[in-house]
Formats: sequence, C-alpha cells, structure tokens
Amino acid sequence: MGNEITLKNIFIESLSIASDEVIDSLEYNTIPKWDSLGHMAIVAKIEQSFNIMLDTDDIIDMSSFGKAKEILNKYDIKF
Amino acid sequence: MTLNFKDQVVFITGSTSGIGWATAQLFAQSGATVLLNGAHNQKSLDSRVEELKKKFNIQSKGYLFDVSNLNAVKNTYNEIFANYKRLDVLVNNAGILSGGLLGMLQEDNVEEMLNVNLKGAIYNVQYASRLMGRSKSGSIINISSIIGTQGIAGQTAYASSKAGLLGLTSAAAKELAPNNIRVNTVAPGMINTEMARNGMTDDSLQKRIKEIGMQRIGEPQEVAQLICFLASSAASYITGQTIGIDGSWNI
Repeated sequence: MGNEITLKNIFIESLSIASDEVIDSLEYNTIPKWDSLGHMAIVAKIEQSFNIMLDTDDIIDMSSFGKAKEILNKYDIKF
Repeated sequence: MTLNFKDQVVFITGSTSGIGWATAQLFAQSGATVLLNGAHNQKSLDSRVEELKKKFNIQSKGYLFDVSNLNAVKNTYNEIFANYKRLDVLVNNAGILSGGLLGMLQEDNVEEMLNVNLKGAIYNVQYASRLMGRSKSGSIINISSIIGTQGIAGQTAYASSKAGLLGLTSAAAKELAPNNIRVNTVAPGMINTEMARNGMTDDSLQKRIKEIGMQRIGEPQEVAQLICFLASSAASYITGQTIGIDGSWNI
C-alpha cells in the first residue's frame, strides 16, 4: 500500500469520515470530528503505521491533510 | 503476590540512589528491562546499569539527562522507541529538595525545584504516554511526598512542586484512561534516603521519628514495593489515585 493511501486510511479511520472528505485542504478543527482528541488519534496511528515518533512541534503544526504529508516528508516518508 | 514484569520495559527517572534505585532493583528482580536515569554522574549511572545486569541477568541501559530539559527528554524517548519500540512503566522519581522559610526563598531555588520536580514529570508523562499509547496499555507512577499532600513549614517551594504532581496525576489519569494507561501518585513520608536525611542531626531525626505512628522511618524498599504493585496487573483498575506510605506520620 502506498504512503498516500496509508495516510488517507488513517484519517478515515481516526475521524470516521468518508474517503472523499480526505483532501489536501481538509483542515484541523473545520469538521467536528477533527478536534484535539481526533488529532491525537491521528498522531497515534501515524506513529504506529509509519514506525516513527513525531516531534511535538510537528504534532502541533499538522494542521491539514496536506500539511501532514509535508511533515511526514521530514521523516523520510515520501508521497 | 508475585510480580512478573518479564518482557516489559520500565523507565525510572532519578534512579541511581534512594527510592529510585530500590525500585529499579525490584523491577529488575521481577524480570523487567530497566532503564535508569541520572542527571549528573555518568560513572555512577553506568555502574548501576552494570550492577543490575550482573545481579539480575536482565537488560538495562542508563540515560544521563536533566528531566527538566525538554530536548533531552524528547531525545531520550526517541532513543527508547528506537531501541525497545515500547514502554510499559514510567516512574517519575527524579526530584530535588531544598528548604527555606517563605521570607528567605530565592528565585533560583524555586525555579529549579519546580523545573525538576514538576515540569520534568510533566514532560516525561507527555512522551511516555505517547509510547504507551501504541500498545494501549501502561502505568505511570509519580513520586510525590507527604509534604506535597500535607505541607510542612519551611518547605513551601518543595511542597508546591510535589503538590503539583497530584494535579498532574488526576488530569493525566482522566485523559489517558481511554488508552488503558493508568496514572497514580505515591506520597512517601520519612524514608531512609540520603536526600531525606540530608542536614538532619541524630537528635532531629529522633524527634521526627517520635512523630511517626509506627515509630520508625520507612525503607526505600517498602516504597518500591508499592510502586511495583501499582505498576503491576494486580492494580489494573487503580488510576488517578494518591497513595500515602508514611507509617502514620501526621506532619
């Protein structure tokens, strides 16, 4: 499975949203389910799926699906 | 009760002496991989690691860093993750104590005590809980003090830092319960450690012992047993609690 699909599935599962809702412009706090709890659920799944440990600054900066991909690039996860 | 921590990874801050060292030995005796921390002395830390490995035939590693240094905390947990991929137990034991009447409190001392005793514990809980969250299980034990729960004249800064751990425990226990991570506090009374006895004369020690219901000071091993109990599956439904261990000392 490609990284894009893995990340998309993480968002779908963590936020219980439909696949077509997960687009680059999907932003934190713009849908009810992506609140702080949802955010930490995404982080936990990202860390587990990609076997990494994110910096706190990156967790806070992960403000959209597109931004998540940008941040994961820093951890050698390419999209 | 038989404790078995085989295949579990335990990290104890401030673990080269006193309660931390007694706790490290008890976890090691129960088969855990025991990760130690000290802030100043690499040689002493290395020697403790070797002692655990030889005596208990377990895996052990030492991390020399100041718990109030966020970057150092972050790097340590990254290393724990890289080496062990898991963390089952965190014992937040690192602490410093310096007394002073309110009128004589110095800013440096207050800041240092709050930084090490409270901020350091918060940072460790923050990073430990992220590692524990992966396996949806874990136990965090914060070492406070009877001085944090009851207060004592001449130790306002220390009491404040140790009382802060009670708030940390209550809040973190609630936040982490859905991930099956338990957070509890142990509040020891007068324990036979270098830190507690520091600056006490024999006379002042005897006077203090007379205030204790059980008429003796506690041993670090007795606190270690409580910590290991809280970390074990025997305490699987206990979270958000502060448990005193003080031989009935009312200060």
